[in-house]
Amino acid sequence: MSEELFEKLTRAILDGKYKDAVSFCREAVEKGLTARAVLENGLMPGIRKVGELFSAGEYYLPELLISGKAMQAAVAELEPLLNAGGGKFHAGKYLIGTVKGDIHDIGKNIVSMMLKGNGWEVTDLGVDVPPEKICTAIAEGNYDIFGMSALLTVTMPEADETVKAIIKAGLRDKIKIMVGGAPVTQEFADRIGADGYAKDAFEAVNKAFSLTGKTP
Amino acid sequence: MIIIGEKINSSRKQIAEAIASGNREYIQNEAKAQSDAGADYIDVNAAAFMEKETEYLKWIIEAVQEVTDLPLCIDSPDPEVIKKVISLVNKPPMINSITLEPSRLDGILPLVVDYRATVIGLCQTGSRMGKSAAEKVEIAGRLVEKVTSAGIGIDALYIDPLVFPVGADSNSACATLDAIEEIMKQFQGVHTVCGLTNVSHGLPNRKLVNRTFLAGAVARGLDAAILDPCDKQLLGVLRAAVMRTGKDE
Repeated sequence: MSEELFEKLTRAILDGKYKDAVSFCREAVEKGLTARAVLENGLMPGIRKVGELFSAGEYYLPELLISGKAMQAAVAELEPLLNAGGGKFHAGKYLIGTVKGDIHDIGKNIVSMMLKGNGWEVTDLGVDVPPEKICTAIAEGNYDIFGMSALLTVTMPEADETVKAIIKAGLRDKIKIMVGGAPVTQEFADRIGADGYAKDAFEAVNKAFSLTGKTP
Repeated sequence: MIIIGEKINSSRKQIAEAIASGNREYIQNEAKAQSDAGADYIDVNAAAFMEKETEYLKWIIEAVQEVTDLPLCIDSPDPEVIKKVISLVNKPPMINSITLEPSRLDGILPLVVDYRATVIGLCQTGSRMGKSAAEKVEIAGRLVEKVTSAGIGIDALYIDPLVFPVGADSNSACATLDAIEEIMKQFQGVHTVCGLTNVSHGLPNRKLVNRTFLAGAVARGLDAAILDPCDKQLLGVLRAAVMRTGKDE
């Protein structure tokens, strides 16, 4: 019985049907299933599969976004119950922004949305964020990861400057650093001393979990 | 319709390799092929090399001018780089690009005057890119005002309304198309130009999406494009789209 409902939920996420996803969540809860079980057995397998399909080139950007939105809506439906039950659906705190001099936001926004759909609390500093502002945010907030995006070859050096500023501010041990963006490579991430690189939004989510030793 | 051949761009892997290894012939072949295919300008870009950008761009300009008489489109986000290389060009170039950012306006507009150049103006300020049609048109109006008050004719300005991935925001292509029409209507004499590849980011069958977008843009008044003129299907669509507007020669 519950198996069938879980499968329907997984399918709703895969097909990006947010209304279905929300109503199946409600139905499951009404039947007495715990929010945690619905999340783990219904929603997460769906969003994980979306990730696999996207990485394999079978899903494209629009499918990724529609599924991401369905996931977010379903999680929002369950969230009060998850939090009330003590077992918080909270993967960690993620600080995100586009580096100084760069005003691209589409990729950053997609990563942000996928992280939220996977239980991360995301604080978005926006675009063209100077290193000082990032350091202040890290110092004041209790973030697990800071992820920055640089979409232009000419703004990539700013990612390097940002890491240096974080070190100089004595905050390097406080946070893991991730970097991404079209011209960015693993090699570049290694060179500037970032902890992780991801080539797309799904890799970013996986990397966020692996860097913090958590499981999705 | 003005065609700017986009291929000699250091963000393309093969071009970056040719530049780094000093493969003059490869660069020259790309220039010749685009010229033969009907380009009006050859875009030259070495921005990926950052500190070596000036040196490499000079080398590219010299190499390209040995094999074609076409004017160049000097492509760099850095006014200082453009200032250092522009004296090498044989013909009045196009400069790619300005935004409303003061340093780019102050650095580049005098060069446009001195070299009787044309210039691409992106619909972006220092801190934001025009996303909605209204924002794009508003920024375009400020660009027109900056360019003309520097004593440059409005017909030397090519406004790029910016193109964003339609896969991430289904309204983004409409916003660009609406902006093209509005800009051409509001600012008589100005040109509009855009690149095509961004529109299809994250989608299957990208070339088809690019071509279809181009046809739509031409129908709304686009009169210049940055593209690969060696792509025969793309050029075919472009020619047909221009014919349909009644503006072909």
